[in-house]
Amino acid sequence: MSKEPVAVVGIGQTKHVAARRDVSIAGLVREAARRALDDAELTWADIDAVVIGKAPDFFEGVMMPELYLADALGAVGKPLLRVHTAGSVGGSTALVAAGLIAARVHGTVLTCAFEKQSESNAMWGLSLPIPFQQPLLAGAGGFFAPHVRAYMRRSGAPDTIGSLVAYKDRRNALKNPFAHLHEHDITLEKVQSSPMLWDPIRYSETCPSSDGACAMVLTDRAGAARAPRPPAWMHGGAMRSEPTLFAGKDAVSPRAGKDCAADVYRQARITDPRREIDAVEMYVPFSWYEPMWLENLGFADEGEGWKLTEAGVTELDGDLPVNMSGGVLSSNPIGASGMIRFAEAALQVRGQAGEHQVEGVRRALGHAYGGGSQFFAMWLVGAEPPST
Amino acid sequence: MPEVLRAPLVVEFPFTRSLGPVQSAFLTGLRERVVLGVRTTDGRVLVPPVEYDPVTADELRDLVEVAPTGTVTTWAWNPHPRPGQPLATPFAWVLVRLDGADTSLLHVLDAPGPDSVRTGMRVRVRWAATRTGAITDIACFDPYGGAPAQPSGSTGEFADPVTGIVTPARLDYTYTPGRAQSAYLDALAEHRTVGERCPQCRKVYVPPRGACPTCGVATTEQVEVGPRGTVTTFCIVNIKARNLDIEVPYVYAHIALDGAGLALHGRIAGIPYDQVRMGLRVEPVWTEGARHPDHYRPTGEPDADYDTYRELL
Repeated sequence: MSKEPVAVVGIGQTKHVAARRDVSIAGLVREAARRALDDAELTWADIDAVVIGKAPDFFEGVMMPELYLADALGAVGKPLLRVHTAGSVGGSTALVAAGLIAARVHGTVLTCAFEKQSESNAMWGLSLPIPFQQPLLAGAGGFFAPHVRAYMRRSGAPDTIGSLVAYKDRRNALKNPFAHLHEHDITLEKVQSSPMLWDPIRYSETCPSSDGACAMVLTDRAGAARAPRPPAWMHGGAMRSEPTLFAGKDAVSPRAGKDCAADVYRQARITDPRREIDAVEMYVPFSWYEPMWLENLGFADEGEGWKLTEAGVTELDGDLPVNMSGGVLSSNPIGASGMIRFAEAALQVRGQAGEHQVEGVRRALGHAYGGGSQFFAMWLVGAEPPST
Repeated sequence: MPEVLRAPLVVEFPFTRSLGPVQSAFLTGLRERVVLGVRTTDGRVLVPPVEYDPVTADELRDLVEVAPTGTVTTWAWNPHPRPGQPLATPFAWVLVRLDGADTSLLHVLDAPGPDSVRTGMRVRVRWAATRTGAITDIACFDPYGGAPAQPSGSTGEFADPVTGIVTPARLDYTYTPGRAQSAYLDALAEHRTVGERCPQCRKVYVPPRGACPTCGVATTEQVEVGPRGTVTTFCIVNIKARNLDIEVPYVYAHIALDGAGLALHGRIAGIPYDQVRMGLRVEPVWTEGARHPDHYRPTGEPDADYDTYRELL
């Protein structure tokens, strides 16, 4: 028996900000969930199961927050699952929810992801003082910056590429009312003159720390037929993992990322992603990851990704727009960031992205990664149902 | 087999909580010696209050004052209070259904012994002398023989509401790095770096993990690597990290020790930071009493050719 096609019929986000002091964690997640239900014109009673995701419990210090969130998400008396795959969790959460529909376990599933970074300190949560080990010598950016330098060496990319990505994503964010950073006076010069934090990564090339949540309502064919607005259809989805550090790890273009993309393209019958995919929301927490992922995801040959960025191909009006929403560089509620990528890809094929809508997007890729390039989650969504 | 190391690991953080409207009212009420519940869609009163109806998922905002007296619905005696618990002397954990409430609140009962506690007994709130807007504003419950107390008539609206709290969390672990790491640390004490070779892929893991993550097999063959190595990639850190006594800028590098199958991470010094480069040959510098090399410095050898370390970035 073939899989049940999966449709996205509701999408909700909070306005991502540095600190949402007016709401509890439950209130924050609820807000996104409520908006997703409203978009789908459904009520809590229409939901068969809830799948939620967030980054490590240490980030807010609430152990197993899914238990406490059952009331807020209308999950009492229903299956409630929680997914955790570090920064990619928003993506893998959506895929777990989609799997429940594809397998015909449930008809309509609410999936949410969140982070309330203001209630904690992610840096602390990631650098516990493990006895006998050398303390970490650099923060999150310091962990990733050497990989960026490795990419620059390997590809010969000019050192301005990172600033082009940041300048593009921050301008895109101005068209997205939910984005955290709205830098109205952004200029390329400002990005290029911002302080060098972890050379080669500048301040303006790093993501902010945000409070935010994202939610989606996923449903089957029957649910999609009742939907008030055009659904986005899932054409492929996959997850892959690999260790953070191992002999032979390619941190610039991890094998798990390549394999994950190849699996998604096989499911979606895509042979030439550069031509067949119209727009991409990828997880770029540091600007240089755009050209790196362009190669890892098969949009460019190895060493060539930066040329797409440099030529403006990934701009909102380019022929392969990347991070139309402003991306992780403009909003980073960690646990939600992956789901926002998935949701923004879906918004594009539904034609519901508002001011950052790209004309005529038929197929879009949502991408998330997490840990030390350890977990990957991706889906490809289309405006048409998948051919069976 | 060498002795396996152990050490305490304390994980401690003062988490902050934005309360939202319902918890804000509840905790502010406690500060004012008022216990608030919330009325659900089907008319029950939940204490402590919740923001969303457990049955209908409706948003709940109808706050209701309940009495500071109530009935124990179940209990458990705690003969050995731990640090940070509400009372320092033995006490009963109790679920108390306050008069006017339909659900029970978890708290503690100050009682002389388990023989003096029973389900169904009547109790009353003992307020803390200093109240800040926290569940500890109820110091504990005391046995109580009187009639149900009357609510104060509070509206649930207070001046200067508590909107956020700090909730310190602490976990105490005993950490053991295991056999492979312990052997590695023992060798480091002699300023030697000893990894383990995978019997299948032949790669040398430094530090060793006791198993090869690629092949999934145990590693036991010890192999000394270094002391010299190659900087395979790096960044220049310009922002000072908390709890790290290193002047910025400094160089944080991936260093492939000669013979190792992957790079480890270290700091480069003994050379101006802007002259560090990929391929730089380095060696460890030890300081008295330190477990790990303080940093790595240039050896003066010619730089390694990119092809010799391109798989070790």
